[in-house]
Amino acid sequence: MSIFVNKDTRLLVQGITGNEGSFHARQCIEYGTKVVAGVTPGKGGQKMDAVPVFNTVAQAVNQTGADASMILVPPPFGADAIMEAADAGCKIIVAITEGIPILDMVKVKNFLATKKCRLIGPNCPGIITPEESKIGIMPGKIHKKGSIGVISRSGTLTYEVVDQLTKLGMGQSTCIGIGGDPVNGTNFIDVLSAFQDDDETTAIVMVGEIGGSAEEEAAAYIKANMTKPVVGFIAGLTAPPGRRMGHAGAIISGASGTGEAKIQAFRDNGIHVCENLGQIGRICKEVF
Amino acid sequence: MKIHEYQAKELFRKYNVPVPEGKAVFSVEEAKEAAKGLGGFPVVVKAQIHAGGRGKGGGVKLAASMEEVETLANEILGMTLVTHQTGPEGKLVQKLLIESGQKIEKELYLSLLVDRATASVVIMASREGGMEIEKVAAETPERIIKVQVDPLMGIQGYQLRQVGFGLEIPAAAMKQFSGLLSNLYKFFVANDCSLVEINPLVLTSDNQVLALDAKVDFDSNALYRHKDLMELRDLDEEDPLEVEASKFNLNYINLDGNVGNIVNGAGLAMATMDIIKNAGATPANFMDVGGGASSEQVENALRIILADEKVKAVLINIFGGILRCDIFAQGVVDAARKTNINIPVVIRMEGTNVDEGKKILAQAGLDLTPAKDLSDAAMKIAAAVN
Repeated sequence: MSIFVNKDTRLLVQGITGNEGSFHARQCIEYGTKVVAGVTPGKGGQKMDAVPVFNTVAQAVNQTGADASMILVPPPFGADAIMEAADAGCKIIVAITEGIPILDMVKVKNFLATKKCRLIGPNCPGIITPEESKIGIMPGKIHKKGSIGVISRSGTLTYEVVDQLTKLGMGQSTCIGIGGDPVNGTNFIDVLSAFQDDDETTAIVMVGEIGGSAEEEAAAYIKANMTKPVVGFIAGLTAPPGRRMGHAGAIISGASGTGEAKIQAFRDNGIHVCENLGQIGRICKEVF
Repeated sequence: MKIHEYQAKELFRKYNVPVPEGKAVFSVEEAKEAAKGLGGFPVVVKAQIHAGGRGKGGGVKLAASMEEVETLANEILGMTLVTHQTGPEGKLVQKLLIESGQKIEKELYLSLLVDRATASVVIMASREGGMEIEKVAAETPERIIKVQVDPLMGIQGYQLRQVGFGLEIPAAAMKQFSGLLSNLYKFFVANDCSLVEINPLVLTSDNQVLALDAKVDFDSNALYRHKDLMELRDLDEEDPLEVEASKFNLNYINLDGNVGNIVNGAGLAMATMDIIKNAGATPANFMDVGGGASSEQVENALRIILADEKVKAVLINIFGGILRCDIFAQGVVDAARKTNINIPVVIRMEGTNVDEGKKILAQAGLDLTPAKDLSDAAMKIAAAVN
């Protein structure tokens, strides 16, 4: 097993005819993901390689049985694309798009509360169940099938962690980037609870960063609800307060969102803290 | 994107959020003229910089006469104002806001912000005006009024009353207060704000409610649909290297250490800064060239970092996923040749085509130090500056 996506996931790509969309759709296909449709308004009836393109997500879902969507559209259209996918019945929506206005996401999040779907992102690398399905922009070949679940707010930082795990022989069950925006769909706790329930996952690596309090809440959840070991890392201990560190959500506001508070929360709740990114693979090897 | 108090107040006026009468000025002469226009004393002389704590730092003063306006304007214009938010180097004051003084009965606190956890706009209010809300939250959390607005419904009448009665607004001023809060919410949503803070909001002796201060921050991601707001950006308030970096879509923040660093991806960039610190050196910046950085991005990043005189060595840390290391290495070599590097550069690369990338770097005949992994990179960069 794995969480959220597997070899049976039928993916459609919103924005498939754009530069980014076509490039990453091809990468997903090459990895083995079942990409069954693409959506670009006004380009219905065309094909991207062998993938049929539709005008609307509803048409794509009806005609191809797609049950997941990967969104690679420009930020002004991001919120609309997410709502369209949710309304058409996609169960998993992975929004890669970076730069969606926060008030758009506030509306989207409240809209999604009335739908049965899971949004991952936005501003995220996506989700991969190694050797089964890759829905996102992460490099497929650094991953290896195994039993470690990886959750992160970041992109390349996650690849770094996964790469170290793979090189030390520790494969992954599923790796999820939940995104660097302040308002996002899936949070740490959603993923932790799914990993706890997944038989194939035996241990978890959680990669957080400064800003907000999601790591603190996740740490309390881990102590109360989880039996599987967790290794945690926090990026941004040297970040200055009040500055947005690349990710819209990575900002220390006053006394809240500091790296120190997050690491303390990790320690207080029995999470194995890795303080040096260069050592995370080795620490996982020891703990797991 | 932050704006000045005077700009925020001009926007407030457009949305019928009451503010004291006042004018922004750039010289002592203009200050006197503005004070004359207000038709009475006292007059408040307020330094306009993008930082809080101006009052405590000596940037906000009351003038009882025209002579005092002149003295204070002379004193504050051109001063380097140091507050807890400016850092020790402070900020140069180039503009003043000249405002009519108010007969203050009560000072209150009011703010609107996007709450991450509940994905809604939250109104925060407290009767402890003038105090930092975080201090109130820490010491007397029961005194904070917090109201969450459903974004699909907008603000409701009962919510306005909840805040108004919570703040103990007298009956005679309640209608005006409700109007102010309702208009402030409209302003927040219509302009994609991420924060609006009024501290203090004052109740005057004749039962008027006014925004005595105004702090507004806009969501940078939404500025594409507010071209008018983009004109409010004040480049004088920003670091010149940061302004330069923003032209090339580089996420760059200038810090006070001496190890420059270039990284692809924000999370990895933060982690790289931490690694530098861990190794006993200090990062001179945050620089994220994007997950799939082009060689042009790398070249611009390198140029900007080398223009920073305090930088004594540079660490380049790239995880090539979609971005192939061989292409990246070629970009570094081209950039290095164009920018004339004369300080140590340590490069750590990992990921797709890393061996080809390393070969390109080795054959370039440039003085670049390769690192085999993160720990090695940290050690080498620390050795280069210590």
